Amino acid sequence: MRRLFNTFVSGRLRAQIVKELLSVLRDPRSRLIVFAPPLLQLLIFTFATTLEVRNANIAVYNQDAGRWSYEMEARVGVADFVDKLYTVRNRDELRRLIDQRKVIAALDMGPDFSRNIAAGGTGTLQVIVDGRRSNAGQITVGYLNAIAAEVGTDARKEPQRASPVVVRHWFNPNLIYRWFVVPALSGILVFFSALMITALSIARERELGTFDQLLVSPTTTLEIIVAKTVPALAIGTVLGLLMIAAAAFPFGVPFTGSFWLLLPSLLLFILSVVGIGLMISAVSATQQQAIMGAFAIGVPAVLMSGFATPVENMPVALQWMAQGIPLTHFLIIVEGTFLKAMPASDIVTNTWPLAVIALVTLTAATLLVRSRLQ
Amino acid sequence: MSAHTASDTTGERGKDTPAVVIDSVAKHFAEVHALRGFSAEIRYGRLTGLVGPDGAGKTTLMRIMTGLLVPNGGSVTLAGLDVVKDNDAIHIVSGYMPQRFGLYEDLSVMENMRLYAQLRGMNADQHTDIFESLLEFTRLGPFTKRLAGKLSGGMKQKLGLACALMARPEVLLLDEPGVGVDPVSRQDLWRMVQELTDEGMAVVWSTAYLDEAERCESVLLLNEGKLEFDGPPQELTDRIKQRSFRLTGVSDERRAVLSRALDLGTVGDGVIQGDAVRVVLRDGAGREEIDALADEAGAKLEPVQPRFEDAFIDLLGGGPGGTSALADRMDVVELDSDIAVSCKNLTKRFGDFTATDSVSFEVSRGEIFGLLGPNGAGKSTTFKMLCGLLKPTEGEAHVVGHDLRRATGAAKSQLGYMAQKFSLYGLLTVRQNLEFSAGVYGLEGAVKRERIDEMIETFDLKQYLTTSPDSLPLGFKQRLALACSLMHRPPVLFLDEPTSGVDPITRREFWTHINGLARKGVTVMVTTHFMDEAEYCDRVALMYRAKLIALDTPDALKHTSRSDKHPDPTMEDAFIHLVESADMEDEARADARAAA
Repeated sequence: MRRLFNTFVSGRLRAQIVKELLSVLRDPRSRLIVFAPPLLQLLIFTFATTLEVRNANIAVYNQDAGRWSYEMEARVGVADFVDKLYTVRNRDELRRLIDQRKVIAALDMGPDFSRNIAAGGTGTLQVIVDGRRSNAGQITVGYLNAIAAEVGTDARKEPQRASPVVVRHWFNPNLIYRWFVVPALSGILVFFSALMITALSIARERELGTFDQLLVSPTTTLEIIVAKTVPALAIGTVLGLLMIAAAAFPFGVPFTGSFWLLLPSLLLFILSVVGIGLMISAVSATQQQAIMGAFAIGVPAVLMSGFATPVENMPVALQWMAQGIPLTHFLIIVEGTFLKAMPASDIVTNTWPLAVIALVTLTAATLLVRSRLQ
Repeated sequence: MSAHTASDTTGERGKDTPAVVIDSVAKHFAEVHALRGFSAEIRYGRLTGLVGPDGAGKTTLMRIMTGLLVPNGGSVTLAGLDVVKDNDAIHIVSGYMPQRFGLYEDLSVMENMRLYAQLRGMNADQHTDIFESLLEFTRLGPFTKRLAGKLSGGMKQKLGLACALMARPEVLLLDEPGVGVDPVSRQDLWRMVQELTDEGMAVVWSTAYLDEAERCESVLLLNEGKLEFDGPPQELTDRIKQRSFRLTGVSDERRAVLSRALDLGTVGDGVIQGDAVRVVLRDGAGREEIDALADEAGAKLEPVQPRFEDAFIDLLGGGPGGTSALADRMDVVELDSDIAVSCKNLTKRFGDFTATDSVSFEVSRGEIFGLLGPNGAGKSTTFKMLCGLLKPTEGEAHVVGHDLRRATGAAKSQLGYMAQKFSLYGLLTVRQNLEFSAGVYGLEGAVKRERIDEMIETFDLKQYLTTSPDSLPLGFKQRLALACSLMHRPPVLFLDEPTSGVDPITRREFWTHINGLARKGVTVMVTTHFMDEAEYCDRVALMYRAKLIALDTPDALKHTSRSDKHPDPTMEDAFIHLVESADMEDEARADARAAA
């Protein structure tokens, strides 16, 4: 412990920390890697990528002359998500519209649609979806289903019991996509910046030959690791806080939890990522290798973290692996802090794995640097 | 070989028609002027040396001559063809071997040759006679099935040469063919080039080693993009013929004598050569001062054959003075023991491969100790173990009495280290580099400020404090690297190929400092592949195949290789002799084992 304390106050360490900070901030390449992606991703994820379907074109082939089919057609025509409604007169035309990607889905209502409903039976209509756009198609089907359900309810003349299930989404009642994405982005961006800064740090020095210079000096491996941790920690924290502020203010995502619980979680999260980055850097001979390594680890880590697909839906083996990814835990914390007012006990449940990962990876990084001395 | 060289063309062109005409050619890359506009001619049937330190513009000129670069001004005509206008034809009449020839490492020797033949538009099956003569010429015949990646550096160069010769070029351009090639293979390359020029081909051999220039028939000497000399090397060395002297019998005092000699106004240049000091007087200067110095030091002064490098320095107006401002400021190093660095049975194995095999020696305080050897002989591995960058598999190494295995911190604070390429932080300014080095060696407060100011003053770095080391002139870069490694006043200094790629004048200045430091008792460990630099060392350890094959003073090593063929052997002759006799011993031992 005393040794650790001595480490922190020594001039050797101060000199190294200054050097590391200047290296990151003055290197145009690492500046680009650290600051450009956050801004770009913030813009892309929040404005361009969205899971909602808007401006969809729909074709309607109505062979029925009755009231309910017109009702259906009219309601689809004025629905928010529909841009243009094509009325077609035969199946060939319908097929052509889908073939040429003019429409994403088509409604085909048979001649007995209204008659069946009037007779108290079930009106059946066919929805044809463009399978090439499966994701947006499925969402469109969902919207169409909802409209069909409304029409069906109105068709029952006597006041009916309300539909059996009414879904209410807690924490994000309107399922606003940005409420989920923007807080998660703060985690992903901090993850990549910290990973890149540290992955490049040792590799850069090795490429320049300054790492040997460092190793022949009386500085210890622990000091080298600490010095390389500090800039990533500082820059990562600033970036993370900026992203969180961006989520809370311009994007208006409700921040319901405690900031003072989120901050230490963020620090622990960065430390655990720094450990991974330094491990990559310790085994890379060049900066190019380090960048490749960071992507090889980083991209699958983001995909498995629960950002893209829920961890619970993955095979058990992958679920276990996901527990080793710092981002998995931090996403739970940051989402929870924003939307769910996550209590301290739940946050601790997710911070201790971060602490374990940080301890393991930083120790491994130190050992790797030392073993390189052989 | 003669079947497909330029011999058939020499008849019509004759030896006096220029093969290459360079007409006020200039090239700049952004702010950097690589070639500053000069004219010259290269002739058929001659070996022309393109000589100059790194960054002089040699490669740029080579690439312009092969049509790979377009000059900003002037023109170049090769075999009567303009390199810009007749670009396609240039590739047919010229053969170019870049510094790292583009061999396909996963193809065999023969497959590489067939590929290059096909790239030249030749039908590989119809030209087996060419292949045969090239293989015979390069002595690669027994290795046709070996993968190019598995060849030694020298053999790779020979294969590259064979590929470049494939299409019977009239002009052959070789860009630093001697780099990374051990002295024995280098002899072979010279022999091949000699044969080619005898047949009438124009061969251009670019090199940064000034001693290679002496073997060329004609030389274009470049420095900072300017043509400093054009003519036979003899002509340049003749200029200093009456001005080159050797001071002998100064063995123990040679560094002091050199330092005083260089401070004389009449002496332009000087180096240490084993036990002697070699000086060149300035143009028109009299002998009086140097005679007086010789008398005072009790030395014998004798005229010697001038060398090309001395002439080059003289051409540039002489080298630096003999006093090291740095060494003057250093305190005399006092140690408890007279042994500064020692190692015993030092061994390093990487898996099955033994890089260093049981090496032992001791280096005394104030000694300059050189570690030499061909590439892959294990000298860097040994060096790295001595300064704590690698952990030995067996044996031990001590620096100033500290065991590098246990007291790493204590041992490391006693040594300074300067790597090849200087290892400075290009992203930090010069001042920040100095502050970092001071800080990382634990200097603080007033001492730190004092040392940094001292270094700035000593090395005249003031004007560069806020610039990046990357944009410094080479000489200043080297000063800064030296300043950084000496900030904590280490009693032992490790130099890993400190002057590779450095021009001879900067090299002289560097050795002035090193000599000064040694006189103050600083122990200097140095690896180098410049044979004339080994002459500065008190003792030289020669490594070959992981073993220490010789350890003695430079003069004693040269003495062992003295023969009728080489009455006055150079360090390179000694090197070749020692390596070859080690090979012979190995063979004899293998034969004895086979007989038993």
